[in-house]
Amino acid sequence: MELTLWTYEGPPHVGAMRIAASMEGVHYVLHAPQGDTYADLLFTMIERRGKRPPVTYTTFQARDLGGDTAELVKGHIREAVERFKPQALLVGESCTAELIQDQPGSLAAGMGLSMPIVNLELPAYSKKENWGASETFYQLTRGLLNNQKPVQITHDPQKWKTEGRRPSVNLLGPSLLGFRCRDDVLEIKKLLIENDIDVNVVAPLNASPKDILEIPKADINILLYPEIAESSCIWLERNFGIPFTKTVPIGIGATHTFLSEAHNLLGLPAYNQSKNANQSRLKWYSESVDSNYLTGKRVFIFGDGSHAIAAAKIAKEELGFEVVGIGTYSREMARAVRSAAKELGLEALITNDYLEVEAAIADAVPELVLGTQMERHSAKRLGIPCAVISTPMHVQDVPARYSPQMGWEGANVIFDSWVHPLMMGLEEHLINMFRHDFEFVDGHQSHLGHLTNSQGENQAEKSQLSNEAKNNISDESPVWTSEGKAELSKIPFFVRGKIRQKTEKYARQAGCRQIDSETLYEAKAHFKA
Amino acid sequence: MGGATLTKETGPREVFCGLTSIVWLHRRMPDAFFLVVGSRTCAHLIQSAAGVMIFAEPRFGTAILEEKDLAGLADTHDELGRVVTNLLERRPEIRTLFLVGSCPSEVIKIDLARVAEKLNEQLKGNVRVLNYSGSGIETTFTQGEDGALKALVPFMPDNQVDQLLLVGTLANAVEDRLIKLFNRMGINNVASFPPRQSTDLPPVGPRTKVLLTQPYLTETARVLKDRGAEILHAPFPLGVQGSYDWMKAAAKAFNIEQSLFDSVLDPIVLRAEKALKPYKELLTGKKLFLLPESQLEIPLARFLNRECGMQIIEIGTPYLNREMMEAELQLLPENSVLVEGQHVEKQLDRVRQQQPDLVVCGMGLANPLEAEGISTKWSIELVFSPIHGIDQASDLAELFARPLNRKNILSKKLLTHA
Ligand code: SF4
Repeated sequence: MELTLWTYEGPPHVGAMRIAASMEGVHYVLHAPQGDTYADLLFTMIERRGKRPPVTYTTFQARDLGGDTAELVKGHIREAVERFKPQALLVGESCTAELIQDQPGSLAAGMGLSMPIVNLELPAYSKKENWGASETFYQLTRGLLNNQKPVQITHDPQKWKTEGRRPSVNLLGPSLLGFRCRDDVLEIKKLLIENDIDVNVVAPLNASPKDILEIPKADINILLYPEIAESSCIWLERNFGIPFTKTVPIGIGATHTFLSEAHNLLGLPAYNQSKNANQSRLKWYSESVDSNYLTGKRVFIFGDGSHAIAAAKIAKEELGFEVVGIGTYSREMARAVRSAAKELGLEALITNDYLEVEAAIADAVPELVLGTQMERHSAKRLGIPCAVISTPMHVQDVPARYSPQMGWEGANVIFDSWVHPLMMGLEEHLINMFRHDFEFVDGHQSHLGHLTNSQGENQAEKSQLSNEAKNNISDESPVWTSEGKAELSKIPFFVRGKIRQKTEKYARQAGCRQIDSETLYEAKAHFKA
Repeated sequence: MGGATLTKETGPREVFCGLTSIVWLHRRMPDAFFLVVGSRTCAHLIQSAAGVMIFAEPRFGTAILEEKDLAGLADTHDELGRVVTNLLERRPEIRTLFLVGSCPSEVIKIDLARVAEKLNEQLKGNVRVLNYSGSGIETTFTQGEDGALKALVPFMPDNQVDQLLLVGTLANAVEDRLIKLFNRMGINNVASFPPRQSTDLPPVGPRTKVLLTQPYLTETARVLKDRGAEILHAPFPLGVQGSYDWMKAAAKAFNIEQSLFDSVLDPIVLRAEKALKPYKELLTGKKLFLLPESQLEIPLARFLNRECGMQIIEIGTPYLNREMMEAELQLLPENSVLVEGQHVEKQLDRVRQQQPDLVVCGMGLANPLEAEGISTKWSIELVFSPIHGIDQASDLAELFARPLNRKNILSKKLLTHA
C-alpha cells in the first residue's frame, strides 16, 4: 500500500484509452464503474478534444454484482459494436473489474463478432498509464499483423533502391496526451521529406486498423516515443525484420544522430551533418553573445524518461547549462535515466512522489527547473523559473501555435521556452533590486507574482540586517551625501544595488560616516584588490 | 408528482463517483484529511476533478492498493494502519481523518469501520477516524458528501434548545449571509453542518429544525431525524423563489411574524429580482437540457424555468428521491420530462435531436457538445460556486447566461461548424 497525494501517471487503462482515442475506427469497451468515466475529461479538457474518446464503460453497480455481470458486459459490447461499427474492438477492464474476474475479453471473443478483438489484460495494481498505452499499442499491432508474419524473415531495409522508389518509414509512438505529439509528427515528416524519405504510416495518432496493416510495407520504423512504441518496434523487428531507429530526435545533436541513423539503416548516402549544421536557430542563438549569461545556469530536470534524457543532453551540450539534478517518474525508463545521470556525475531520482521531487529541487538550488506540470507548481512555490518538458501536462501545455519539441523547429521552440523563463527570472531579480528606485514604476509585476517580490526582499533585508547587527553592533549606518548619491546613480542599474551594498559595507569597515564619490571609488578599488 | 413525467433509463452512465465530493469537502473543513483506500484510478479521478493543484500538500490522498494487498486481508488492515500512522505523524494539524471506501476496497471487502475503530483506540482521541463510502458502485458524485456528513452525525453533541441547523456545504460567505438574515428575522440560534472546523460539530436534538441546503443529503437527513431533529420541507435555496420558500419554511417552524419576515426579505427580494432581470431577458424561451450528474438538476431546472423563463427539454437525474424532491417537483412545469438513471449514448442522441440552446453536463462531455455547436455549462461548477440564497440568484442565472452571451459575441462566421 502506497500513500499517494498526486500521481504522475494514471492507471494502465487510461493508457489504453490514449491509444483508442488516438486512432480512427477503434472502439474500447471498458468494464468499469461509473466514476471511471472521469477519464474522458483528460481528452476533452486537457487536449481540448472536440470528440469523446471512443470508449463504452459498462458502469456496473454494486447491485449488479450479485447477478450476471457477464451478461451485462456482453450487452454493452453488442450495443457498442452496433452503434460505433469499429474496425477493431479493444476489450478490457479497470482496477475494480479486474477483481471481479468477468474476463470481458474472453466474453467478447465468444460472441461471434466479425471484427478483430484485442483482449487487454492490464494489471491495474502493478502497472501504470504509459505501460498500459505501450501494451495496448503492442497488443493491437500484434493482433492485427500476427497472421501476416512471414515464415522466414526476408525484409531488406534497402530494397527501395531496387524498386525504383524513395525509401519509406513508419512513425511509431505519437499519441494523444503525449507531449507535443501533434506538432512533432509534422516536424519529423518535414524533416524526412527534406532528406528524401517518405512516410508510410503514422501510428497510433490518427491511424486506423487498416493503416496498421500497412506497417510492414515500410523499410524501417522510426521510434519516436519509446514509452509508447518500443515494445511494438521490437516485435516488428523480431517478426518482420524491420529495423528501427533508437535516437529520439529532440535537440540538434540528437536530430543529427537520428538522421544519420536513418540514413545508415536505409542505405542512403551518408548523412552530411555540416550541410545541416545551421538548420536550427538554436545553435546560433546559443553562440550569440547575449547567451553568455546562460553559461553554467543550474538546471534541474524531471519528467518521463525520453524527455528527461533529451533535456539533459540539450542543457549541457547545446545551451551550456549545468545539470544539477535529473530524474523520472517512469520505472520502465529508470535504467536509461540512471545511466544518463551517471554520465553527468549525478544520481538519478526515480520516484512517483512529487514531494520528494520538490525536496530534491530545493536541495539542488537550481536556477531553472525543467519538469512536468507538477514541477511547475513546485518551482513556483520555490520561486524558481520553470519550463514544462514532459507529460503529465495541463491544458496550457497544449498550445494553439505550432510548437514541436523534435527536429530543427523543436530545437528553436526549446531555446525559446527554456530561456524565456530564465530571462523572466533575471527581470524578477532586477525588479526586486530596484523597486525603490525612482525609475521603478509601482505595480510592475513579474510572472512569478507577488511571492518573491515583497516577501523575498524583506527577508533578504532582514537577514542582512541581522548579520550586520551581529558584526557591528555599535555601528550606525553610513549616510550617502548628495554628491555620493549622484555618483551612484551614474552606475548602470543592473549592478547599482550590488555596488551600493558593497560600498556601505566598506564604509562601515573603514569607519566612514558619510559616503561621497571618493568613498565609492575607494570601495571599488578595495574589493577589486 | 407535480408536473413531471418520469422515465427510468439504464445503460452506460457518464457520472462521477462519490469520491469527487472530497474536492469541496476538504476545503470546507481545513482540519480534516480524506484518505481514499483505493486504486491509482481513484487517485487519478480526484486529482483530475480537482484540476490544477496549487497547494503544496493537499488534505486528501489515496492509499493505493498494490498486488500484494489483494492477497491477505488481515495484512491489508495492518498495512492501512501503518499508512495512517505515518500520515498523521507528517500532518499533526489533522483532527479528523476520513477513511473513504472505493470500489476496489469494497469488492475485496476491506472493513474500514474496523480499521477506524482500531485506529481510534490507538490514537486515544487525538484524531478522530471515521469512514464512509465514496465508491462508484454505491454512490454518485455528490452522494459522497452525504456519506461523510452521515459519518459525523453520531459525534454531534446533544442539545435541548431551539435551533435551526443548516445542513450541507455552503460557501463561507453565503453561509454568513444566510445566518445573518435568519438572525434579522429573530432566529438567533443558527448552526451549520458541516462546520468550518471538523471538531466544532454543532449539537442536535429534538428541538432542532433542519433546513437542507443541498438536495443530495438523504442519509444524513435520516440519521439527523433519528437524533430527534425535524427536517423542514421546502424547495432548495436556489433562486429568489426557492430561497424565499426555503427561508419561509424556517420562519414558519420558528413562528416568526409574517410582518417581520417580510420586512427582512422584501427589500432583498426586490433587489434580487431587479438584478435577475437582464439575465431573464437573455434566457427566456431558450431550451435547456440537463444531463444527470450532481442531483442539483431538478432545483436548477425549476429555477431556470420559473424565474428565468427557460424551456426545459429534459431533466436528467442520477437517481430520484421523491421525498427529498417533493417540493421541487411540484414547482416543475406540466409534462416536464424527468429521466432517472442514464444511457449516455441515447441521451446524447436526444440532445442532438432537440438542439437545445444550453446543456448542463459533466466535464467529459462539454467540449464534444461545443464542437457540435451546442453551448454547455459544467455541472461541477455549480457545486463549487456560491449560488445559494436570494442574493446569489442573479449570479446563478449569470452562470447560464454567460455561454449564450459568449456565443452572441463571437463572430458567427468564425463559428460555423463543418
Ligand atoms: S468509480 Fe470506483 S474505482 Fe473508479 S474512481 Fe470511483 S471509487 Fe475509484
